[in-house]
Amino acid sequence: MTHRESRRQTLYMYLFISPWLIGFLVFALYPILSSLYYSFTDYDIIHPPQFIGLANYAEMFGNDLFWKSVTVTLRYTLISVPIQLLLALGFALLLNQKIPLRGFFRTAMYFPSMVSGVAMSLLWYWIFNPQIGLFNYMLSWFGIKGPAWLMNPDTALYALMIMSFWTAGSGMILFLAGLQGVPASLVEAAKLDGAGRFKIFLHVTLPMISPVLLFQLIMGMIDSFQVFTQAFVMTQGGPNYSTWFYVYNLYTSAFKEYRAGYSSALAWVLLVVVMLFTALVMKLSNRYVHYEGGKR
Amino acid sequence: MSTLPAAGPHADNAAPKRRRSTDPVGIVSFIALVVTTFLMLLPLFFMVSTSLKSKKEMLKFPPTFLPESWQWSNYKEIFDTLSFGTMYMNSLIIGVLTVIGTLLSSALAAYGFARYRGKGSNTWFLLMLSTMMLPYPAIMIPQFILFSKLNWIDTFLPLIVPAFFGSAYNIFLLRQFFSTLPEELFDAGRIDGCSEFRMWRQIALPLSGPALATVAIFAFIYSWNDLLTPVLYLSSTEKFTLPVGMASLTSSRFRIPPWHLLMVASVLAMLPIVTLFAIAQKRFVEGIVLTGIK
Repeated sequence: MTHRESRRQTLYMYLFISPWLIGFLVFALYPILSSLYYSFTDYDIIHPPQFIGLANYAEMFGNDLFWKSVTVTLRYTLISVPIQLLLALGFALLLNQKIPLRGFFRTAMYFPSMVSGVAMSLLWYWIFNPQIGLFNYMLSWFGIKGPAWLMNPDTALYALMIMSFWTAGSGMILFLAGLQGVPASLVEAAKLDGAGRFKIFLHVTLPMISPVLLFQLIMGMIDSFQVFTQAFVMTQGGPNYSTWFYVYNLYTSAFKEYRAGYSSALAWVLLVVVMLFTALVMKLSNRYVHYEGGKR
Repeated sequence: MSTLPAAGPHADNAAPKRRRSTDPVGIVSFIALVVTTFLMLLPLFFMVSTSLKSKKEMLKFPPTFLPESWQWSNYKEIFDTLSFGTMYMNSLIIGVLTVIGTLLSSALAAYGFARYRGKGSNTWFLLMLSTMMLPYPAIMIPQFILFSKLNWIDTFLPLIVPAFFGSAYNIFLLRQFFSTLPEELFDAGRIDGCSEFRMWRQIALPLSGPALATVAIFAFIYSWNDLLTPVLYLSSTEKFTLPVGMASLTSSRFRIPPWHLLMVASVLAMLPIVTLFAIAQKRFVEGIVLTGIK
């Protein structure tokens, strides 16, 4: 690349990314740095912050609610995200075939994702109701007497996991887009070479959709670290803190107890964990993920 | 030759149609799809049917599949008891403005990252990626303080303005998409004397319809469903978005939750998203022109 060309590229790069760049500085970098500062202070938002060193962090690591929120969030993430991804990929593979009613199935699978958020929480609040809800009624078809779900500390978190599988259709849409981008010529070539269905999936399809897979894995885990709506609407973190998600804990301490300093420390721990995790995934992706353009 | 799990639209056409019904994988897939679809749609079916049941019928177990008497008045009741109409409009306004902002800013930034290898581009790209990982809760406290200094509390501004500065999620998605566009198209554009901005506008964007539709839909859904941000910023009832108002339905002030209203609210909240999907679905799932060369 010539010197001139490189300057031209730099100029256009900055021109195009400038909206994001400004937003990054104002709405991300500044808040990150100031929350780092707040995390070393005692701060109630109204009075000026008082520097107290590492006291917030020390308090956090001895705080039962903090550890509870970590356990709840990790358990939820490690179980629900991989299953959601597998379901989404499975649906996408099923629907990427020439199959009768394909359009109907595709829409039907995606439909629940349109009810996400509070609407979904309200719906499933009813579904999991042990007296009148749908879930235990369906279990009764198989002779199973269902638990009290959201009202039972042992089952509340599992109920929320089950609910999360219902929206696997949105991931499926992204996988389908990825699958349709797999050039038919590649598949044909593999077929001519005598590759079977499974081999083609493993050696042609999977590498071609690996960017989508990585993208969804990252986003899925990050979304899952930030579960809030379900806890806020359906369980208020209960019963007995069994759905005391990390962000619910953070929200409560910041905006109910007005402890902006302590909450900023919570925010920073979340940030560092997510960053470390992301760095790891990115490292792996350079090795295993296939980018068609080859430009990375 | 049989149908393939990985077949694109062109491979479909190549597959002889008469094999469809005798293909065992096809039959198993079909059955699997019927079962899952049933399970996926059942809650939706009950959502709609329960929204039309009377208060008394709602408490019956097992739940009736269809209402014994159809209570259309439930839909009127929600507008009378909650200020549902206002909340609905608020959410719509915020959602539409968010989509416009997100599309413009994210498509620009994504193009910048996908097409140019300038000085520092890798650093910025990595920073961009890390903001994608940046959890909103991690920055919400200083943002809240920032916006309260700007006197933006109890206005829609904190919910809309950030969208005009790109969202990393969508930038990443579009950047992935732009990266798969063949270099030859842009070479051709350059030979024809296209400016860089025109190549963005007239080559990259038209080829990215499905990706842009995806971004628009997800941006709208995100805004429409977002609970945490409006919970922080909106305090007066007439400014509430739909999720904030709906969340209050499960609060402890009801000894028995008003189940019928819960379901009515869910149905109504779903409507704009369903409409949007019905309009954009065609571009969304079909005809993804990935390689302009075909």
